[in-house]
Amino acid sequence: MMASSYSAKDEDGHITVSGPGGGTLRNKKPENTAFKQQRLPAWQPILTAGTVLPAFFIIGLIFIPIGIGLYVTSNNIKEFEIDYTGDDTSSPCYNCAQNFSWNNTKSCTCIIPFQLDQPYESNVFMYYGLSNFYQNHRRYVKSRDDSQLNGNIDSLKKPSKECEPYASVDNKPIAPCGAIANSMFNDTLKLFYNDPNGTSVPILLTSTGIAWWTDKHVKFRNPGGNNANLTAVFQGTVKPVNWHRPVYELDTDPENNGFINEDFIVWMRTAALPTFRKLYRIIQKNNNMAPTLPRGNYTLVVDYNYPVRSFEGRKRMILSTISWMGGKNPFLGIAYITVGSVCFFLGVVLLVIHHKYGNRNNSANISN
Amino acid sequence: MDFSLLRNIISRYCVGEEIWVDSRTVYIGHKEPPPGAEAYIPQRYPDNRIVSSKYTFWNFIPKNLFEQFRRIANFYFLVIFLVQLIIDTPTSPVTSGLPLFFVITVTAIKQGYEDWLRHKADCSINECPVDVVQQGKVVRTQSHKLRVGDIVVVKEDETFPCDLILLSSSRPDGTCFVTTTSLDGESSHKTYYAIPDTMAFRTEQEVDSLHATIECEQPQPDLYKFVGRINIYKDKEEPVARPLGAENLLLRGATLKNTQHIHAVAVYTGMETKMALNYQSKSQKRSAVEKSMNAFLIVYLCILISKAVINTVLKYAWQWSPDRDEPWYNHRTEHERQRHVIRAFTDFLAFMVLFNYIIPVSMYVTVEMQKFLGSYFISWDEEMFDEELGEGAQVNTSDLNEELGQVEYVFTDKTGTLTENNMEFIECCVDGNVYIPHAICNGQILSAASSIDMIDASPGGYRRVSVGFVLHSCFNYAPSNSEYEDLFFRALCLCHTVQVKEEETVDGIKRGIHQGRPTSFYISSSPDEVALFPKIFIGSSNIKLYYVIVKSSSGDYLLFCKGADSSIFPRVVSGKVEQVKARVEQNAVEGLRTLCVAYRRLSESEYQEACHHLMEAKLALQDREQRLAQAYDIIERDFVLLGATAVEDRLQEKAADTIESLHKAGMKVWVLTGDKMETAAATCYASKLFRRTTQILELTKKRTEEQSLHDVLFELNRTVLRQHCLDFGLIIDGATLSAVLKPNQEGAGHGNYREIFLEICRNCSAVLCCRMAPLQKAQVKELIKASKEHPITLAIGDGANDVSMILEAHVGIGIMGKEGRQAARNSDYAIPKFKHLKKMLLVHGHYYYIRIAELVQYFFYKNVCFIFPQFLYQFFCGFSQQPLYDTAYLTLYNISFTSLPILLYSLVEQHVSMDTLKREPSLYRDIAKNSLLRWPVFLYWTCLGVFDAVVFFFGAYFLFDNTTFTSNGQMFGNWTFGTLIFTVLVFTVTLKLALDTHHWTWINHFVIWGSLLFYVIFSLLWGGIIWPFLNYQRMYYVFMQMLSSGPAWLSIILLITVSLLPDVIKKVLCRAMCPTATERAQVQCLSFCCHFHYIFHCV
Repeated sequence: MMASSYSAKDEDGHITVSGPGGGTLRNKKPENTAFKQQRLPAWQPILTAGTVLPAFFIIGLIFIPIGIGLYVTSNNIKEFEIDYTGDDTSSPCYNCAQNFSWNNTKSCTCIIPFQLDQPYESNVFMYYGLSNFYQNHRRYVKSRDDSQLNGNIDSLKKPSKECEPYASVDNKPIAPCGAIANSMFNDTLKLFYNDPNGTSVPILLTSTGIAWWTDKHVKFRNPGGNNANLTAVFQGTVKPVNWHRPVYELDTDPENNGFINEDFIVWMRTAALPTFRKLYRIIQKNNNMAPTLPRGNYTLVVDYNYPVRSFEGRKRMILSTISWMGGKNPFLGIAYITVGSVCFFLGVVLLVIHHKYGNRNNSANISN
Repeated sequence: MDFSLLRNIISRYCVGEEIWVDSRTVYIGHKEPPPGAEAYIPQRYPDNRIVSSKYTFWNFIPKNLFEQFRRIANFYFLVIFLVQLIIDTPTSPVTSGLPLFFVITVTAIKQGYEDWLRHKADCSINECPVDVVQQGKVVRTQSHKLRVGDIVVVKEDETFPCDLILLSSSRPDGTCFVTTTSLDGESSHKTYYAIPDTMAFRTEQEVDSLHATIECEQPQPDLYKFVGRINIYKDKEEPVARPLGAENLLLRGATLKNTQHIHAVAVYTGMETKMALNYQSKSQKRSAVEKSMNAFLIVYLCILISKAVINTVLKYAWQWSPDRDEPWYNHRTEHERQRHVIRAFTDFLAFMVLFNYIIPVSMYVTVEMQKFLGSYFISWDEEMFDEELGEGAQVNTSDLNEELGQVEYVFTDKTGTLTENNMEFIECCVDGNVYIPHAICNGQILSAASSIDMIDASPGGYRRVSVGFVLHSCFNYAPSNSEYEDLFFRALCLCHTVQVKEEETVDGIKRGIHQGRPTSFYISSSPDEVALFPKIFIGSSNIKLYYVIVKSSSGDYLLFCKGADSSIFPRVVSGKVEQVKARVEQNAVEGLRTLCVAYRRLSESEYQEACHHLMEAKLALQDREQRLAQAYDIIERDFVLLGATAVEDRLQEKAADTIESLHKAGMKVWVLTGDKMETAAATCYASKLFRRTTQILELTKKRTEEQSLHDVLFELNRTVLRQHCLDFGLIIDGATLSAVLKPNQEGAGHGNYREIFLEICRNCSAVLCCRMAPLQKAQVKELIKASKEHPITLAIGDGANDVSMILEAHVGIGIMGKEGRQAARNSDYAIPKFKHLKKMLLVHGHYYYIRIAELVQYFFYKNVCFIFPQFLYQFFCGFSQQPLYDTAYLTLYNISFTSLPILLYSLVEQHVSMDTLKREPSLYRDIAKNSLLRWPVFLYWTCLGVFDAVVFFFGAYFLFDNTTFTSNGQMFGNWTFGTLIFTVLVFTVTLKLALDTHHWTWINHFVIWGSLLFYVIFSLLWGGIIWPFLNYQRMYYVFMQMLSSGPAWLSIILLITVSLLPDVIKKVLCRAMCPTATERAQVQCLSFCCHFHYIFHCV
């Protein structure tokens, strides 16, 4: 149906008309080149049991150690996760979750105690996790204006149509516009270590280095350059409707304010799946020999601003160490071990087959 | 000739007894007929402008676009594009608009260029100068200004500017010679005749004084048919009417030869000339591969639609709760809220758009390119080049390349195809005495050869068979000069159409005749006697007879006739029939072609009567054929047999080897010939069509006369079914065949003979159909084509009479033979010799089939791999039509990342070496019956695609699931997720092709690794810059960030391995457990010629 009708040849048959005395004389003898005669020298591999065998064994031998290595590494990674959604009456955040209203100007705070059974060596990465939050919804993903975020003044004053319905309020442009920016995660998480002697020590949370370097320095830029007076630059724009503060008050550090605020940049990188985590803070390893997070009791203090109950979402706080292969993920290691073993097993099966059939079919052709 | 006799007949017509609508009246020189004779109806005819171009400057764009979008595939993509423009769809219109634009533009440029060339050609033709007679003077004008009725002067070696009726020629006898090389490829000179009344005209004034009208049929494409009549008005006399036939009509495109100049009147001009009508399109043939491809397409279209429907339904189910539909963080715009009525439909369309890449526009382009470029390998093939002819194979359509690998039935003509069509005289039998040149002449025979044309009349056109006739010297020695002998040679001398030319011509075959004029040497009586025999009538009828009527000096009328024995014997009344018949049969058994000669003495009255009938028939404008046949019947009877000749037509070089190979390749070979059974059977044995072991089944007239057709058929059927291990050969003749094919009138009781016949044929590896009329050739083909398996048929022939069969078959192959180029022109492929068929089918056909089969399957596979993850992703993004991949990837995946390797594969893949294919024809059986594109294979590929897609998606899913991927703790987003899957996808599908490639030339290495490298470089570049013209920067640094992560590398490697594993295992196991012949041959080849070891890395 389609293929035939597609034919690019002239199906309307054109008329070849030879004029008077027409007629071409040419040497019709084809050239004797290797290409034209289809005789280019070629390597002609054939997948037979004999030839694939070594490959299978090699894959097996390589994959299994890698898998074991990955698995061990993954197991050594310490990860702690705490759900603070507050849908359960016993949860410390229950009240905050229940009493949430968009009009609350004062944030509700809840305190969650938890215990780390093991000390966390090296840098610890603090994530917040959301579930059932469709950051990958199409309407959501495209609801942003990269040009505005890149510091373009025109886009600042006149956001892209993609940002609708979060593009303007009362004919004033929203900066940053769009659904993604509007729904930026705004819970504040603080961490306290409850010293065995009774004092509560706040843990220093670094909020830089959580976004991609290229995002922070190239893709996201404040309008009028990063050193400009942000309050003046953003004059004439309004904050996103769900935000409590305008964008130029996200942080006091001018290097981390406005569009180049790293929390903001992290949020703007939309997650691939409805259950995701985003890097919130980094707990740098101290110089001394003590673990970054020693074993013991901790308190998580949450400024509960972010409603998730309406869409049955969940909120989590995750503390994790990181290895060369990233966070805890036993899947990769297991997968490598499995595939390696399967290949090895297949190698054995093929060896049997090769001995049974290979010799019968083509005696001594394949064997070394 | 006595014209008074004719006048009566003619005047009858002039009264206007017959009124035919489909005729035109041409007023020669635009002169009105004298009042009262006829109403002058000026008719408007097109001018002589040839328009082969399709477009003008102004209508090119709209018309070309219309033409292109009339194709369903283009239209489909246009619709997708428009949907993207109109509604809010997940992917930008660019993704489908750009490829579509590309395809349309390339096609438009190609067609525009071709049209421009045509315009140029048209121009040069339309403006070439033509001499026209106006007011008694020759006026030079341009070809396109020529109008119907103009009198044209054409000089020697000029081409006729339109279809003309010859009025007079510079030759005194009113004839002119013409070659029609550019029309039908025949280089021989043909004679055309002027009307007797006008042939005496010499000067322009004379010609201009002619007052006549021509009535003729409306233009029709048959080159060899023309019916018309000319009415010549003379002062105060009754108008004279003369018949006009094809022998008066000079066709546009033909060239005047051996004649200084002619005067002729234009009857058909411009697009109405027979040449223009003839170059209309032939019906397009579709290959089996194309049919399966279309079937697969429909399946994929169904998959596409069902995917979209499923997703739409699930979307609405999922969105039931408003918190999911519009959570607080993701509101709709007011505008979107209002459109909820058509929202479901737009959602469906959006899903369609999202998944539309499953039917990629590039597949058509690639298939087209593969066919177009691939066909060059046929014409480039040196082995199919014939030094003698100076020509190689010729590809007239590239649409059927792969069909060459699917042939099940080969229908071949015998003369000129299996045999050389180079006749060598062996013996003649005159009045029962046999003369053999070698025996009599002791070596003198070779000194001077004359040649005689034997005419084998057939409705499709005359077949010329030149006979090296080496008799003349011998028969000077012949002792007895009986009357019969005398007559025999007279008959041979006179029954032909060889022209005696005044000058030496280039036509080598014909040269002999004027070195010694035939009359001058072997007629023992006075040579002058022959001169007294004016050839007064030359005719040929439909029943393969050719004869002349001459008037001897004594006033007798003699009719000499020659033709096939079957035509002559029933009409013979005396002569030594028995002896000649015996001799003829014996010769036939030896594989010689025989021809019988007879004569008849006519009295004056008989002659007149015959003339009368013939003239009457010839003047008829309607049913002329039928009337002529009746007239011939009156003449063709009461013959006296003179004798018979026998000539040998040697088999073509390697014909036997070729046929044997075709047999081994599982093809059934049918030889269709007009020869008699014995001759044909002998040829068949010589060409190994029948072997010693072949059990011959005969289904001939001789047998059906003894038993009823019914019994014979059933008996044969029983024989065939009983011992089906045996090799059967069937011989059937034309008469029996038509009896078999005749619809059964006796009712259903006897069943249908067709079915039984087909059943027998199915079990015969070789069938010989002898005594076939040309039309029956096409009928046989039709019968096989219509049988329930719908086998692929191939027809091969060299002559004009094979054209119907060539056009009818799935694949038509023409031999560039001696009988002109008509077969080669109408064929799909033309080859110089029969032996080239072997390479054509076994090597090229096999390769093309393998290549295109892989191409089609691979294309569907790679698009399943491409789109299925996207489908799965919908389950994780709230059925929001969020694309998984970036726009650039969506657009370029099929255009550039994965297109070149498969295109190259489909051009150069050789799974088995060429020599092996030639050495082992049985490998052809492996691909028979479209084996690589059958549903199980298709299902396998699709499942493989789905499996790979699942591996990609869920592999990435579990790796990404809620974990960190980098060593600095930063997180990746949805675009990294898509890019990871896409990277695995591109590598997997390319490596899958690499695994399938059996023939790694440097080009393969270059293209496969090059295309992977291109993907990487492109991705680096695409993500490396903030692209100023884009309104989103979603891909910025995504690819590089991914590559900087260790786990991403590990997972890419892992996923590629897992995706390729099943296919490798399947291949290895199949090869080990139940290897096909091809696979065995591959291994043998490996050990044979290129014994090296390698380890094929699966990764």
